[in-house]
Amino acid sequence: MAGAGGQLMPGAARTEVAAAVADAHRREWAFVLAATVRVAGDIDAAEETVQDAYASALSTWGRSGIPTNPGAWLTVTARRRALDVRRRTATAERALPKLVSPGERGVDEAVVEGAGPEGEDIPDDRLRLIFTCCHPALALEAQVALTLRLLCGLSTAEVARAFLVPETTMAARLTRAKKKIAAAHIPYRVPGASELHERVDGVLAVVYLVYTTGHTAPSGADLMRGDLAGRGLELARMLRALLPEDPDVAGLLALILLTGARTGARLDGQGDLVLLENQDRSMWDRQAIEEGVRLLGASLAARPPGRFALMAAIAAVHDESGSWADTDWHEILGLYDLLLATWPSPVVRLNRAIALGFALGPAEALGELDALGAEPQLARYPYLAAARGDFLARLGRAAEARLAFEEALILTDNQAERRFLRSRISEPPESRGLPGQGESPS
Amino acid sequence: MSKYLILIYQDEAVARQAEGESVSASYQEFQRRRGSCLIGGAALHPSSTATSIRRDGSGGFAVTDGPFAESKETLGGYYLIEAADLDEALEIAKEVPAGVGVEVWPVRVAS
Repeated sequence: MAGAGGQLMPGAARTEVAAAVADAHRREWAFVLAATVRVAGDIDAAEETVQDAYASALSTWGRSGIPTNPGAWLTVTARRRALDVRRRTATAERALPKLVSPGERGVDEAVVEGAGPEGEDIPDDRLRLIFTCCHPALALEAQVALTLRLLCGLSTAEVARAFLVPETTMAARLTRAKKKIAAAHIPYRVPGASELHERVDGVLAVVYLVYTTGHTAPSGADLMRGDLAGRGLELARMLRALLPEDPDVAGLLALILLTGARTGARLDGQGDLVLLENQDRSMWDRQAIEEGVRLLGASLAARPPGRFALMAAIAAVHDESGSWADTDWHEILGLYDLLLATWPSPVVRLNRAIALGFALGPAEALGELDALGAEPQLARYPYLAAARGDFLARLGRAAEARLAFEEALILTDNQAERRFLRSRISEPPESRGLPGQGESPS
Repeated sequence: MSKYLILIYQDEAVARQAEGESVSASYQEFQRRRGSCLIGGAALHPSSTATSIRRDGSGGFAVTDGPFAESKETLGGYYLIEAADLDEALEIAKEVPAGVGVEVWPVRVAS
C-alpha cells in the first residue's frame, strides 16, 4: 500500500493505531464507502470491502505506521479489493443487476490506480450515496436506517438500538431496502437541477429525523440519545460542505446548532428535565449559537425562507435573549405565523398557541389549544395535554391542570419527561413551566 | 437499460363510462412522446370482465368472477417500458395520463 496514503510514520503504538482507525471510521466512512460503491458496482459488495479495508488498517498501520491521509489509504485499499472481487466474480455475476453499470462511470483500473497519494484524484461521491439512501421510492424508515448505516457507518445493531427495534428487524429492513435499490435500479447519482430542490428536501427530512430522535428520544431512560443527535449534526455539516449554496441546508444546520447549543442546560445533576424558563443560560454554547446565527443569516437571504430557517429563527430568538423574561414572544409569534404558512402542521399550530399564550395571555392560548384537541394527529401527542395543563395552572385552575398533566403522563414514555410531569401533578399551584417549549417546533 | 412495468389504475366508474371508446387523445399523445421507451402496453376491459383463477391446493383450480381484490381503483391498462434507471422510469410514469395513478414495478431479467 506504499504511496496510497502518503508519508508513513513507522512503529505506531497499538492504542494509537486503534484510535486512528476509530477516528477514520467516524470521519471518513461515508467518503470511503461512496468512492468504493462506484468500483464495486453495488452497495453490499462495497460495504464488505470497506469493512475489510478498516480491518486491514488495524494490522497494516501497526506495522508500517499511520498514513498521513487515512481516508485516501482506506479508499484506495477498499477500491483495489473491490476491483479484485469484481474481476473474480465477473462471469458469475454478469447477469445480476448492478447499481453502477460498467462503462457508465469510470469503473476501471485507471480510476483506482490513479488516486494520488493525497487522494486528490478520488472523487467525492458522498452526495450520490446520500441521494441513493434518501430516495423517495424507499420508505422513510428505510431511508433513515440506510443513512445511519451507510453514511454514518453505524452497525446494524447500533441502528436497531437507536430506533428501539430488535436487531433482526433492522437487518431485514436494511436488506429489503438494499434489494430494492438493486432490483429497481435506484440510481447512484446526484439529481438534476429540475428535481434537486425536492430531493434535497427529502434528505433534510431524514437528517432532521435522525437529530430529533436523538434530541428527545421518544422513550427510554435518558432524555437525549446524544450520539444520535451528534450524528444528525455531523450529517448536516456534511451536507453543508457538499451543498454550500443551498439555503435550506444552511437552515437545517443552523436549527441543529441553535437547538443543540442548549443541550448542556436541559438536564440537571439528577438527569431531570430543566425547562427553558429555568435553564442556566450561561451554560449555553455561545460558539454554537454564533455559528448558528451566521448560518441563519445565509439561509434567510433566500426568499421566501424555508421551514428549517424559520424554526432556526425561532430558536435564535430564545438563544439570544438574556433571560426568560426578556424573550420577545411577539417576534416568536410572528415567526410561527410565517412557519404555519410554509409548513401547516398541527404541531406547529400547537407551538404557535403556546407562543400566543406568552405573548398575549394564557386564556388566548387555551382557546387555541382546546380547538387543537379535535386534531387526530395530536390525539397521542403528550405536549398538547402538557401545554393545556401549564396554561390552566397559570390561570389558577389547579384541578383541571392536574387532569391535563395526568393525561400527558399517560402519553409519554420518556423517563425524564415522566418525572417532570409527575412533579407538575403534585405541585403547589404557583409553579409553572412547559416541557418542549423552545425545542424543535416541527 | 432496465425494464419496468407500469400498472395504470383508474376509477372503476370512470372506466365503465369509457368502455368501448378508442384510446383517448391524451394516451395517444403520451405514446407519441415516449414511443422510443415503450416496449408494449394495452388498455384493459373493466374489472367486471376479469376472471381469477386460484390454485385450490389439491391440484385443481378455483375459478371466480372478477379480480383478486375488489376495489374502487382497478387496473385499467399497462405499459412495459425501458429506462436507464428508476428515476427515468418514474419520469416516464408521471407522464401517463392515468385517472388515479400508476405503480412502477421493476421487471426481473432471466439469468
